[in-house]
Amino acid sequence: MGLRVENLRVYYRTLSGYVRALEGATFAVSDGEIMGLAGESGCGKTTLGHSLIYLKPPMTYMEGRVLLDGQEVPIWDMKRMSEFRFRRISLIPQYAMNALNPTRKIGRMIADLLAAHGVDFREILPELKRRLDLVQLSHEVLNMYPIELSGGMRQRVVMVISTLLNPALLIADEITSALDVSTQRAVCEMIVEFRNRGFVRSTIFITHDMSILYQIADTIMVMYAGQLVEKAPTEVILRSPHHPYTRMLIASLPRVGVRHRQERLQGIPGAPPRLLDPLPGCRFRDRCPVAFARCAEVPPFVEIEPGHFVACWQEI
Amino acid sequence: MGRYLGRKLAIYLLTFFFAVTIDWLIPRLMPGNPVDTMVARMALRADVAEVLRSYYIRAFQLDLPLWQQYLNFWIALSRGDLGISTWLFPQPVIAIIYRAVPYDLLLLLPAILLSWIAGNQAGAMAARVRWLDNTLLPLSYILTATPYMWLALLLAWALGHVAGLFPIAGAYSFNIRPHLSWLFIRDLLWHWFLPFTSLFLVMFGGWAIGMRNMIIYELEADYSRYLEALGAPQRLIRKYAFRNAMLPQITGLALQLGAIVAGTLATEIVFAYPGTGYLILQAVQNQDYFLLQGCFLFIITGVLLANFTIDIIYALVDPRTRLGMTGE
Ligand SMILES: Nc1ncnc2c1ncn2[C@@H]1O[C@H](COP(=O)(O)OP(=O)(O)OP(=O)(O)O)[C@@H](O)[C@H]1O
Ligand code: SF4
Ligand SMILES: [Mg+2]
Repeated sequence: MGLRVENLRVYYRTLSGYVRALEGATFAVSDGEIMGLAGESGCGKTTLGHSLIYLKPPMTYMEGRVLLDGQEVPIWDMKRMSEFRFRRISLIPQYAMNALNPTRKIGRMIADLLAAHGVDFREILPELKRRLDLVQLSHEVLNMYPIELSGGMRQRVVMVISTLLNPALLIADEITSALDVSTQRAVCEMIVEFRNRGFVRSTIFITHDMSILYQIADTIMVMYAGQLVEKAPTEVILRSPHHPYTRMLIASLPRVGVRHRQERLQGIPGAPPRLLDPLPGCRFRDRCPVAFARCAEVPPFVEIEPGHFVACWQEI
Repeated sequence: MGRYLGRKLAIYLLTFFFAVTIDWLIPRLMPGNPVDTMVARMALRADVAEVLRSYYIRAFQLDLPLWQQYLNFWIALSRGDLGISTWLFPQPVIAIIYRAVPYDLLLLLPAILLSWIAGNQAGAMAARVRWLDNTLLPLSYILTATPYMWLALLLAWALGHVAGLFPIAGAYSFNIRPHLSWLFIRDLLWHWFLPFTSLFLVMFGGWAIGMRNMIIYELEADYSRYLEALGAPQRLIRKYAFRNAMLPQITGLALQLGAIVAGTLATEIVFAYPGTGYLILQAVQNQDYFLLQGCFLFIITGVLLANFTIDIIYALVDPRTRLGMTGE
């Protein structure tokens, strides 16, 4: 069944008003799907990812529904979300290398966390060890403090912890950004391996590095200024992107497989919009080469072919 | 950890050496001569005074070359001999200090430990409870900004002088001889209450603020956010944050120790409490340089020892130092 998100709107409440970071997102991620979530910095990727597990002030739920395997996920309710977190929806955060308590042995910390969810550490220990083997960590790390491990090792520990209870949905936020190329590849392979072995069912893999998505994502969803722009199987996004923004994004990329980061986005003329009082209608309008009158209305996110969604008036 | 403590120990030994040297120099650099003062106080005939003077100078070894005096000072020190008091001649300085130490400890240990524990608890609570934060925090800022002597004077005046609830001088009533009985213990506590309270309150404020700010910082830390995102209960997150916030508070205790001891000395003077602080006052008033020297030496040693103890405790509770991962 996987994940269904319907018309999800999440803002940040600030002193100068609402920052409209996620505007009416409707999409689905099916079982076994690794969905890459791409878009330039500040377009709302983290907002979308976090709102599914950890919607905390100043992040404010405005409207919309989230369904996981057909069951409503009460993302607006911090308390009720507790039973979803970790067990059914889990997160590998952007700051994974610093995500462990520096003064607690890793094994003890895992035991504390599991106990809080009513899981017996000793029962799960054999599986935990198998997974440590899988990510090539010695069982000794359970007896160590995080400071005794390298940054890459800490991140692998966090990846194992986050997926330990086989969540239905895993959100991985920029987990490759701080790594060198060879470590990036290893981390990506782990994400795929976790899915193949059924540790996680659906994965939302957030990054602004498109080349990584080509390696691991089944589908790619692109965001622009808080709005969903296009979602399609990776091949389709790569070969025949439909949305003008996606097209510019793909065109501005160097050869596939070459590492490239934000500077590529500067190839697109114009500045990304402020989300405090965004343009009404299509937010890409002021940078869009093919904009026309209709674009002052919000374009719907429609399925133009099976599995290919685009939000652009030119496509309707 | 061994290396960490070894380095600390070396630093403390060096500090001790310099502090003792300066301590030895002070009376010798000060104007006036303790022996002259002592002899003058006796108001003797001039020729008798002269005989006595030369006797005392020999007795205090002031006729030797300076380097020999200095060497003898260390030798005597290693035997626990701090010289003879001129004020309470011929009592040894060390004996006078020994009589004062129990009163210092009686004030210092409970004040430090209780304020540290209570301040940490209160600070941690303030970080969680809004109304407590709004009341306790401003109060703590006022308390910690108050000089020790100032609060001591205020309490002595308000609760002692005006309200007459507590005595304002001495460690026990003049008409009671120290002995082991409920009567004496009650009297002792009654005299102890005000100086203890004034120390406790000032320190409490500092610990409460420190803990409150540290715990808020820890609750914002990445590991707290990760735990929260994985649905860990607030209880667990706060437990971690409290334990981690405690570590800087231990270092804070080491850093504050000097100020705390100085505050205690001032408080003892205000309440005429017969600890080392009160002795120092007497030594100054009576120009008893050897007693003064002894008191300082005792304080230096005490503070250094206490600091070293705290360092050991810190190394034991913080895995980062224990594993030698960080320098400090
Ligand atoms: N705590 C906050 N308060 C107010 N605005 C915020 C806050 N956090 C994020 N925003 C705003 O929300 C928008 C979306 O931020 P978000 O972190 O989701 O972007 P992102 O796509 O993850 O960017 P990056 O690639 O840099 O991680 C940005 O414009 C940002 O300025
Ligand atoms: S809706 Fe209009 S402005 Fe937006 S991308 Fe399509 S054409 Fe451009
Ligand atoms: Mg982000």
